[in-house]
Amino acid sequence: MASTTVARGPASGGAQRAKRKAPFPVEFYRSALGKKYVMALTGIMLMGFVLLHMIGNLKMYLGPEEFNHYAEFLRELLVPILPRTVALWGMRLGLIAAFGLHIHSAYSLTRMNHAARTVKYQSPRDYAAANFASRTMRWTGIIVGLFLIWHLFDLSWTGTPGMTFVRGEAYQNVVSSLSRPVVAAFYVAANIALGIHLFHGAWSLFQSMGWNNPRFNVWRKNVAIAFAAIIVIGNVSFPLAVQFGIVHVN
Amino acid sequence: MTELNLTLKVWRQAGPDAPGSFDTIEAKGINDEMSFLEMLDIVNERLINDGKEAIVFDHDCREGICGTCSLMINGQAHGPQKGTATCQLHMRKFHDGQEIVIEPWRATAFPIVKDLMVDRSAFDRIVESGGFITAETGGASDANLTPIPKPVADAAMDAAACIGCGACVAACPNSAANLFTSAKVSHLNLLPQGQAERYSRVEAMVDTMEEFFGSCTNHGECQEACPKEISIDFIALMNKDYLKSKFKNRRMLSRR
Repeated sequence: MASTTVARGPASGGAQRAKRKAPFPVEFYRSALGKKYVMALTGIMLMGFVLLHMIGNLKMYLGPEEFNHYAEFLRELLVPILPRTVALWGMRLGLIAAFGLHIHSAYSLTRMNHAARTVKYQSPRDYAAANFASRTMRWTGIIVGLFLIWHLFDLSWTGTPGMTFVRGEAYQNVVSSLSRPVVAAFYVAANIALGIHLFHGAWSLFQSMGWNNPRFNVWRKNVAIAFAAIIVIGNVSFPLAVQFGIVHVN
Repeated sequence: MTELNLTLKVWRQAGPDAPGSFDTIEAKGINDEMSFLEMLDIVNERLINDGKEAIVFDHDCREGICGTCSLMINGQAHGPQKGTATCQLHMRKFHDGQEIVIEPWRATAFPIVKDLMVDRSAFDRIVESGGFITAETGGASDANLTPIPKPVADAAMDAAACIGCGACVAACPNSAANLFTSAKVSHLNLLPQGQAERYSRVEAMVDTMEEFFGSCTNHGECQEACPKEISIDFIALMNKDYLKSKFKNRRMLSRR
């Protein structure tokens, strides 16, 4: 019968001594709750990026001069204080770190969760609260991650087959890329996946950060829905605008 | 009263490490005023009369206050009725001719003892690690000696309603015990009597929880399954106190 009992730790005094083995951030990140805080904080950073990226891209509707001027402005951010592109690279490094931590915490928490139920339910589950978005976070996350790599190749690094890529000509590159119907459809699909991911993530972060107050709890879900909707509507409009000829070269 | 003829698909497993499978058992002539556990009693009585082995399941008070009964009924912890344990679920919630699938709680930390019975002592490990307060000894002090605002007492009572049945873990797609742990942490952390160990408690109980269970991804499935309808607000409260515990330094001057 030994295997029926869960191995017990020390029965006494766990609460009496809080041992500190590693520096606070490392110690905190080792716990699942700490990883959820990191997931939420990096999520907020990435949400900020996604929102500014979408707003910046709206310049597309003002024509090539405005759009390319904005792209150049990003490189010259804080220029009298810092050399050219340094501020931009600072933000990029911050985002890379946020992505890395977001993915690593998601990966290790997933491993932990799989280990917590090695034998699955043998009959179908009937979920009462878990929705499509919350149960597909891992998949929508992977889709968005893969899309991001494609997106960087497509419009930042090399261009992709079937388009003319000129480094620095942001507006012309966007129009050239999105005028391919298959690519436009891919951008739409990836942004819908992003919206589903944000729908759960933007609500979930409030709980993970412990931001819970009866005064604003009703707003947490509304904020998440509004945020996801704004991002999806904005981002999906770009491939559609190019496809329908609203945004074009000349 | 109406009689129900049901088909049960019950998980049978001879022991912790034995392979298990679903066993189809006919349950005919079930009174719809019975509780779910009384229905299982009838089925067991018939199995015994037929010289077969009875279905092993956990039960005790049968009035929803002890947290002993469990059962995943048609994919829902404690069955289709919200805010009740399996013992408070009545057969009138089912219809004649229905197939009912009964499975034990599934979690690595809840190993199956036999059939539908699981070992939930991982919960005891969590409570042991911090579910206590420091109290003065001697004669009992007057009631209401410590003033507690009514909303605080109410919130603490809502958390203290947890009966430790494990439905939250069973319902959670990640097998996380955050609702259980947060209820046990919060009912003491909210009250003045629990302040002395507030931060060491949350740290110890969360760390013990993470040795056994998965992590919370905020599905909200646990609060739907909870027979006491404990809110996931307590999980947020626990998260907040856990972060604070990492910053708190209660070592006073002249201590190294």
